[in-house]
Amino acid sequence: MAGKSVGLEDLSVAFVMEPLAAADWLIPGPVVFCLLVGSVLLMLRKRTDLQPLIAIPALVVLCAMTLGLLAHVVVNGTVSMTMGRWLPPFGISFTVDAMGAFFAATSSLVALAAGIYGRGDVDHSGRRYGFYPFLLLIMAGVLGAFMTGDIFNLYVWFEVLLISSFGLLVLGNERAQLDGGVKYAFLNLIATTLFLIATGYLYGLFGTLNMADIAIKATELRGTAPLMTLVTLFLLAFAMKAAAFPVNFWLPASYHTPKLVVSALFAGLLTKVGIYALLRILGMLFPVEREELSFIIAIVAALTMVLGVMGALAQNDIRRAMGFLVISGIGVMMAGLALGSPAGLSGAIFYAAHSMVVMTALYFAIGIAAQLGGSFMLSSAGGLYARSAVLAFLTLMLFLSVSGLPPFSGFWPKVVLVKASLDVGAWWLAAAILVTGLLTTIAVGRIWALAYWRPANAGALEQHAAAQSLPAGAMAALAGLVVLSVGAGLWPEPVLVLAQDAALGLIDPSAYVLSVFPGEVPQ
Amino acid sequence: MEPLFALLVGALFTVAIYLFMSKHIIRVLMGAAILSNGVNLLIFTAGRITREVPPIIGADSDVLQASAANPLPQALVLTAIVIAFSFFAFLLVLGYRAFQKLDTDNSDEMRVAEPVNESAPPLGY
Repeated sequence: MAGKSVGLEDLSVAFVMEPLAAADWLIPGPVVFCLLVGSVLLMLRKRTDLQPLIAIPALVVLCAMTLGLLAHVVVNGTVSMTMGRWLPPFGISFTVDAMGAFFAATSSLVALAAGIYGRGDVDHSGRRYGFYPFLLLIMAGVLGAFMTGDIFNLYVWFEVLLISSFGLLVLGNERAQLDGGVKYAFLNLIATTLFLIATGYLYGLFGTLNMADIAIKATELRGTAPLMTLVTLFLLAFAMKAAAFPVNFWLPASYHTPKLVVSALFAGLLTKVGIYALLRILGMLFPVEREELSFIIAIVAALTMVLGVMGALAQNDIRRAMGFLVISGIGVMMAGLALGSPAGLSGAIFYAAHSMVVMTALYFAIGIAAQLGGSFMLSSAGGLYARSAVLAFLTLMLFLSVSGLPPFSGFWPKVVLVKASLDVGAWWLAAAILVTGLLTTIAVGRIWALAYWRPANAGALEQHAAAQSLPAGAMAALAGLVVLSVGAGLWPEPVLVLAQDAALGLIDPSAYVLSVFPGEVPQ
Repeated sequence: MEPLFALLVGALFTVAIYLFMSKHIIRVLMGAAILSNGVNLLIFTAGRITREVPPIIGADSDVLQASAANPLPQALVLTAIVIAFSFFAFLLVLGYRAFQKLDTDNSDEMRVAEPVNESAPPLGY
């Protein structure tokens, strides 16, 4: 087997020779860490008492890593690392820009909250079936998707998070869960397969899968290659993952069936990964094609937000109403994508981060409310304000935040998006955002009036006479997320600047390209 | 060679989409299996089809010869096969469990999570 050996002096032809800075290990660090802790938890699956004791500190470490990475990116700009030290585009690159780091940090905070909430919500049997290992593995998938700089690798991370989400969804094995799980699993599998089809075509056209490489080559290929077909296919695949109308029906069919903490995690993270992929592929790699499609995206966005909130208005089950509010929020983010201006994209990025925090917190709030003796049904819930004014107060803040009222985190991105729409004359898109805000206020206001403000009826009270006091861990997780939402609402400056940076990085990807190919002349 | 493969991929996609339109979970599952095979063939075709030149660098050279097969689509397809197979296995079990618990594999009758006659939300106190 010993052929002519290559001299050591030739290695720089194929390998990155510069030693890595210590901080650059934060790029693959969070994903590797999640996979490692996930496997340790899998081995310890019978020690259900130990699981949260390992998982929650691990999630704290994860938050520290992703926040450190965010600081690293804010200070040094986009950073990149190629696996196996192969020179890009031959190795798989992890490239983290402001958007990726921002989403990664926000999603880790949400996961930490879910880990703490899950301690009370998931019983020993649920832990034995792998709640905490799946939580860590789904985070590996989500963070990998936010950080990778390679399209096929993005597909792999989509599958990692999808298979973990299947495991979480059927935790409990109830009839409704199997019913919802079947619809969720099939439609999401079809969506990722569409993504794979588009990736196959993309490889055939470009001969590369590295995103920075694609960004360079797209300009040359634009005239000759059928890029519009390709981008439309990507749009369909990711819109399905993000649950945009008219390919959103898997979401209301399944999101209310799993354990509450699982619903909260899904509502916070999964659809936003679809939005992230839309922003990355359409916003950064194919801006010309996105511009061509912008009218269609805008119509989809307006329909998604308005029909989503109308669905929420029609629901008796509060969890299902929340599922429709997730869809409605996706429409607002798609509106930012349709606009494509720096303001539009930064509004979409800010709104995505807001939605991660607030939707998760909303599910937590209704879960605690249900434990306190209310129910998930609007027709029978009541008297929650009398039971716990603190919970009612926190929930009201979240309701105002999701409606986009000041001074909460939902307000600022909507202001940015409405202004960006009016700037380009898309008054109907601005109107759709505002009408959605109004209808959301009505939907959540009614939930608050009926479930919290209305006195409990006597039968319900007696039934839940032994209802426990407020679960401390769950309340802490809820309060933490509410603080994030209120904090971003009262002091939006840093988030607005960060979202603006992230949007500019999408519109002019030269920093992204330079971080992968240091010698490349920006175009 | 490529047009032939393109037609074959198209045929597989057609069969898969036809099966997706069925109400029965088991047929949708078969559609998903066929679709994933079609996608694998698509990636393979997109990465240049050549005959009988394996992608091996000879002892007297540092680079592949130009007519060699492209090794990257093979790696991609291998990954996609593994993923598709594991998903097929999971969905098969999920579909079977759903059939056991819900007594149907007709998606029209799977209305546990979304009941048909769900009551509207109350209009007032």
